[in-house]
Amino acid sequence: MSGPAGVLVVGASAAGLATAEALRRKGYTGDLTLLGDEPHVPYDRPPLSKQVLAGAWQPERAHLRTREVLDALDARLVLGDEAVSLDVANRTVHTAAGRALSADAVVLATGVRPRTLPGQEGLRGVHVLRSLDDALALRGDLLATRRLLVVGDGVLGAEIAATARGLGVEVVLTGPQAAPLAAQLGPLVSGLLAELHAENGVKLRLGAGVDELTAADGRVTGARLSTGEVLEADLVVVALGAVPCTGWLEDSGLVLGNGVVCDSRCRAADGVYAAGDVARWHHERFGSLLRLENRTNATEQAGAVAANILGADQPYTPIPYFWTDQFDAKLQIHGVLAPDAQVSVVEGDPAARRFVARYDRHGQPTGVLGWNMPKQARLHRQQHLAAPTTGGTA
Amino acid sequence: MKITVDEDKCCGAGSCVLAAPDVFDQRDEDGVVVLLDAEPAEHLRTAVREAADVCPAAAIALSEA
Repeated sequence: MSGPAGVLVVGASAAGLATAEALRRKGYTGDLTLLGDEPHVPYDRPPLSKQVLAGAWQPERAHLRTREVLDALDARLVLGDEAVSLDVANRTVHTAAGRALSADAVVLATGVRPRTLPGQEGLRGVHVLRSLDDALALRGDLLATRRLLVVGDGVLGAEIAATARGLGVEVVLTGPQAAPLAAQLGPLVSGLLAELHAENGVKLRLGAGVDELTAADGRVTGARLSTGEVLEADLVVVALGAVPCTGWLEDSGLVLGNGVVCDSRCRAADGVYAAGDVARWHHERFGSLLRLENRTNATEQAGAVAANILGADQPYTPIPYFWTDQFDAKLQIHGVLAPDAQVSVVEGDPAARRFVARYDRHGQPTGVLGWNMPKQARLHRQQHLAAPTTGGTA
Repeated sequence: MKITVDEDKCCGAGSCVLAAPDVFDQRDEDGVVVLLDAEPAEHLRTAVREAADVCPAAAIALSEA
């Protein structure tokens, strides 16, 4: 088997762990180091806005693997230490604690960090939700609050709004779109989602962005919209998307631009690869650079990177997939749902809140969406969307 | 090899079925994973390992029984 004598993975979340696992699964037996900036063992993020925030799960239940499984990986876990620079020529990463870690292959899997509003860092009562610690801090405040304002009408904002309603909190959701997830799902399905939130008591204040947070005595009191309207709240969550964690790579010489820019093999430079939320690679089937912030991409791209480190020379051309759970709705999204797509219901009935929709563009299916029909959505994916060649196969 | 699945964690993606259709299926009503074969034959194990690794909800656990 070809391959390097040592691999260093920077980032110990879903993509970093999956890279290590895929390397071992594919037979790599050399040195393996996983560097993570958080003190926690690798944990899963999707449950943070749902099960963990709701209190249905203890934080440990979000751990991705048991200690035994991690031990069996035979990898060196360096946790609670942050990468601060990369020397590409020598494939050496320097850390905040003064470590210098070198390897034949380096994988960048440092993820993203939440976007913030100006001035929010200094204010009490304002949260973001990215890490396990974020989720626990938000939960602690939610249990003692009456009125929550969620700033952001994407997946994370909508999930937090739904979870908070489940805890009995008054919730206002605000954002610039006509409906939650409008950009991701198009008017038909996002309209249904808006109905679902309204039925469950979420007050929707959509169609205008937030200009600024309002505060008194160092504590947030709400937000002012671009229309001038002020929304009052005891607690605010800012869920305005995220930016790739590439600041530490500014002087590395790598091409950065909305992520670490990679070729079709997820390679950023000779012996340097990127995977997960931070990676922006050339998707050969789409013919463009793509960065996917979703849980499935973290594992699939990690598999492709592991294969290429071991000499596979395969392009990474996945069918994107994400899911979201809000109230009693479980949405599964396969492929690409263009905003201008033609949407047709191919199974079930939207009125019954159980259906599959196909998204066509120029007469070609590009995506499939299931609403409380996960299996049927997957079957339509297999029927309508080209099989991916992710390099993830063992 | 012995497979265990955590239905409570399953998110219904169906990644396991795509990776190892002889071993995994999904319930029609809610998409939750159905284990067709808890102790798969040797020739299926690589696919099963991949299914466990790529499960986006970390709902599949393997033990060497």
